[in-house]
Amino acid sequence: MTDNIYQPMVMRVTAERPEAPEVRTLHLEFLEESDRVRFFAAYRVGMFGLWGVPGAGESAFSIASPPTRSAYVECTFRRTGRVTAALADREVGQTLTLRGPYGQPFPLETWRGRSLVFVAGGIGLPPLRSVLWNVLDWRDEFAEVTVVYGARTAADLLYKDELAQWAERRDMRLVTTVDPGGETPDWTGRVGLVPTVLEDLAPAGAGAVALVCGPPIMIKFTLPVLTKLGFAPGDIYTTLENRMKCGLGHCGRCNVGSKYVCRDGPVFSLEQLQTMQTADL
Amino acid sequence: MNLIDADKLTDLAATLAAAGYRVVAPVRDEDAVRLKVWSPGAVIETATIPVNSAKEFLFPPSEVIGRYALDGRDFTPQEVRADPPRTVLLAVRPCDVAGLAVLDAVFNPGRASLPGLDRWDYRDAFYNARRAATTVVALACATADAECFCTSVGGAPDSTCGADAVLQSADGGRRFVLSPVTAKGAAILKAAGATLAEGEARLDPPASVPERFDAAAVTEWLGANPPDRQAGFESPLWQEWGLACLGCGACTHVCPTCHCFDLQDEATRREAVRLRNWDSCAMALFTAHAGGHNPRPTQIERWRQRVMHKFRYFPERFGLLACTGCGRCGRLCPAAVSMGEACREIAEAAKAAKTGAK
Repeated sequence: MTDNIYQPMVMRVTAERPEAPEVRTLHLEFLEESDRVRFFAAYRVGMFGLWGVPGAGESAFSIASPPTRSAYVECTFRRTGRVTAALADREVGQTLTLRGPYGQPFPLETWRGRSLVFVAGGIGLPPLRSVLWNVLDWRDEFAEVTVVYGARTAADLLYKDELAQWAERRDMRLVTTVDPGGETPDWTGRVGLVPTVLEDLAPAGAGAVALVCGPPIMIKFTLPVLTKLGFAPGDIYTTLENRMKCGLGHCGRCNVGSKYVCRDGPVFSLEQLQTMQTADL
Repeated sequence: MNLIDADKLTDLAATLAAAGYRVVAPVRDEDAVRLKVWSPGAVIETATIPVNSAKEFLFPPSEVIGRYALDGRDFTPQEVRADPPRTVLLAVRPCDVAGLAVLDAVFNPGRASLPGLDRWDYRDAFYNARRAATTVVALACATADAECFCTSVGGAPDSTCGADAVLQSADGGRRFVLSPVTAKGAAILKAAGATLAEGEARLDPPASVPERFDAAAVTEWLGANPPDRQAGFESPLWQEWGLACLGCGACTHVCPTCHCFDLQDEATRREAVRLRNWDSCAMALFTAHAGGHNPRPTQIERWRQRVMHKFRYFPERFGLLACTGCGRCGRLCPAAVSMGEACREIAEAAKAAKTGAK
């Protein structure tokens, strides 16, 4: 029945990669070409999907690959419950379900000509990784690109191969950091918390755009630093992580005040957040 | 006038059932009156407001919205068809009918025209198929109780708004007048045939439901209008109600407008089904994140959300209150927390705040 809004697409796992303890990336291809075409006609960075295994259920999280790579979709997730365990147990050649893309994207196309600063912590990198690859695929469209990425320990950093690639690139700047005590003997990055490292790095805020994603405590201490650096509230973006079930604005679970994170977000600017019922975040 | 004797409503149900309708009506169920699918032998009772609302016959407590054939670790999606029976909601209260407008706004977008609703483009096939197959015969209330407050939220005991046909008590409760409102309602009268008699009768006055509070004052106190956005949000009243709340969710289940749900899978070796089950903002796990954080950690935040959603957030988004004043939550609550009483206290607090400010 094509009018069943819960009917998912079927995706095949064509590659998988362990990223960190309990964190995995799945590389997926569409079984139906018509699904692929429809998906990429709608998909913009920042939107999310509902990833599922029949019998276990569905779980909402970000799409980790950019729309500029339109042959496949990748997702990166931590094994935390029944659904993510079932997803993590999927092997190459097996299938899973995907609904989406849902939600409002980052307004990437309005950022042409401006500098971008990405600030990510731990499992917060996947939604920003899709933005970063989209930006790198359109590199000439933007001014300076800076990435600050931190995790508790060196082992908890995601996309280690890509971090090495990004560190090599001369058209962007990557700074990685781990919390004190999280470094290994051969660690060459910084040691310290993300907000501190960001403040120390001091990227110019005037006219630039900041994207922040990570644990709530990291976001809380990063926002004042960005403000101090001169980023305007309308130019600081984050993505909310409220629990969701339907992704369609029906199940009533992700509401923050009169906003539905699934339909009005998950991407919000600090300016938008300041008008919202943030006690419910 | 199309008349039917008060004790013949059960005959009307039987006639409509024989004509192929699934008939939902208020029937005696041990010590309570409930809306149930009528079956031969069930006796319709109209004097008492049923414990449950009519919503469950359009939006069931649990329904299959996905089906998958399983073979080891492989699966094949199966088609799930919305194929509801032709249904008549017979003698449901005007407050129940008003609740359907709220469900329509969520599940059948395109009716409202508020800014921001342009994104509300997902129509729920299951709800809408049932809605299209349903005829609503409202019963104008001749009786009400202390929990009723429809007149405080824009309703009326004799409202015909949203109904396809209306039953009105006449001649001191001895008979009902059945009047069609829409073509669907006219079809019911036709199907009723000889159960109805042509004649004249004197309509009884509608039940008296005194206005208990000013809903606009409640919405304002909850902070719908800047610069008072946080005015009611931090009130100690939430603690009073939240500490009493047991978190059982009964209020949300009997509410004609509450529509929050969960999606859960169940599987055997051969098949998995994806179920849409009623959920409740009163439940502790409703908003709990996978990472452990819970934006609404206690019943205080949860109860506040329920009131805020009905009187501020939903009106902000959809332009109508998400409370129809049926009073079911207050009648059923084991801790005697009542939406009508809470709103009355809020309206008083709002009034006191204004007087104090002057």
